Amino acid sequence: MALTAQDKSVVVPGEELASGMEYLPTSGTYRDGDKIIAARLGLLQVDGRLIKIIPVSGKYLPKRGDTIIAKVIDITLNGWRCDINSAYSALLSMRDGSSDYIAKGADLTRYYTFGDYLIAQITNVTSQNVIDLTLKGPGLRKLGEGRIMNINPHKVPRVIGKAGSMVGMLKDELGCRISVGQNGVIWLQGAPDKELLAVKAIQKIVSESHIPGLTERISKFLSRK
Amino acid sequence: MAYEERFDGRKFDETRPISAEVGIIKEADGSAVFRIGDTVAYAAVYGPRNLHPRFLQDPSKGILRCRYNMMPFSGAGDRVRPGGNRRSKEISMVTEKALLPILNLDEFPNSVVDVFIELPQTDAGTRCAGICAASMALADAGLTMRDLVASVSVGRVDDKILADLNYKEESYDGEVADIPIALTPRTGSLTLLQMDGKISRPELKKALEIGKKVCEQIYEVQKAALKAKFSVGDAHE
Repeated sequence: MALTAQDKSVVVPGEELASGMEYLPTSGTYRDGDKIIAARLGLLQVDGRLIKIIPVSGKYLPKRGDTIIAKVIDITLNGWRCDINSAYSALLSMRDGSSDYIAKGADLTRYYTFGDYLIAQITNVTSQNVIDLTLKGPGLRKLGEGRIMNINPHKVPRVIGKAGSMVGMLKDELGCRISVGQNGVIWLQGAPDKELLAVKAIQKIVSESHIPGLTERISKFLSRK
Repeated sequence: MAYEERFDGRKFDETRPISAEVGIIKEADGSAVFRIGDTVAYAAVYGPRNLHPRFLQDPSKGILRCRYNMMPFSGAGDRVRPGGNRRSKEISMVTEKALLPILNLDEFPNSVVDVFIELPQTDAGTRCAGICAASMALADAGLTMRDLVASVSVGRVDDKILADLNYKEESYDGEVADIPIALTPRTGSLTLLQMDGKISRPELKKALEIGKKVCEQIYEVQKAALKAKFSVGDAHE
């Protein structure tokens, strides 16, 4: 009737987390008899009676409502196919891609062409992982010149920080424009040396995200340069 | 002549020195290396990702694809011809079947998880080392798994039952049985059981018991390696 693993510790698949019916298994865990077992690698989180595992690795899993950075990879009959750094590609339909009237048979590359990056929102994810995107919404647009970097999508919350504090600090200190997609794709634009510094700072955030005192360390890192 | 003492002086139920490390291949979604004595297996996991050709796709779940490969210079001096052969094809298949029972790929219909196992150095027990590495790499890739898989070879040399045979023992001039096994350490269910050679029923039972014990030791190594990558305090800059 107790936890057998420590809260907030790293657990591996097959590890026993708790025994007894007191706790309930939620995401990343399963019940076997009276035991709760880890079903993936991650950090154990106990919230009252609920036990879950916060993933620390793995591909981006698309969720409705996520704002992501997508890359146009193909043009179909009714829209644009985009790579979203996940196991599946997403579709941006003509209707959701532009508010212009697009005539039948028009050249869609005039709007977005191969290799363009877009800040888009996921409107729908089906059971077979057909993913729909939209560009209609505040802040959603085609991205211009800049630098793209990829990070582990599970580290995105750390790069953004509480209420955007971390990315806000980077923007203020370096004078860069930065957009962080939920899928782990980051777009940066600024003076070349500042851009490089921002990339280094983000890499530092990602590799040290699990050590306390991250914000101070990053602000020290930025002031030193 | 009877086999009284092991060539390398180990106890009969003792393995060669084991070590493991996770996340060594940065580009891969998950990776691991598993070393047992002079056998070294690297595993890299890519995916879940788009699967082509399309006729291989399964709309109800993702599929697992394993590739086992011995590097040309890996053996005892004879060059292993690259490009795969009947043996590597078989081992790729049994590896896949040893890993599938623990994996849950329902979330990823029409996609594939690729596992590449490369052996730069071999001294018997390669499929087992490969499976150990692959199971760690799959966990590192963040896939949903019921358990890890630990694997080792057990067997008989003359009248002795022993764990983790090396190449010298496997090719011993006398009666030898080589039994690679893989199991899920928590429940103890076997996911791989093969045999080369001859063994009696009670001897097989004894061998499996030794194997089970050794797999538990291997599981501890795997667990420690996975935890080491993500634990607080050892940040790599």
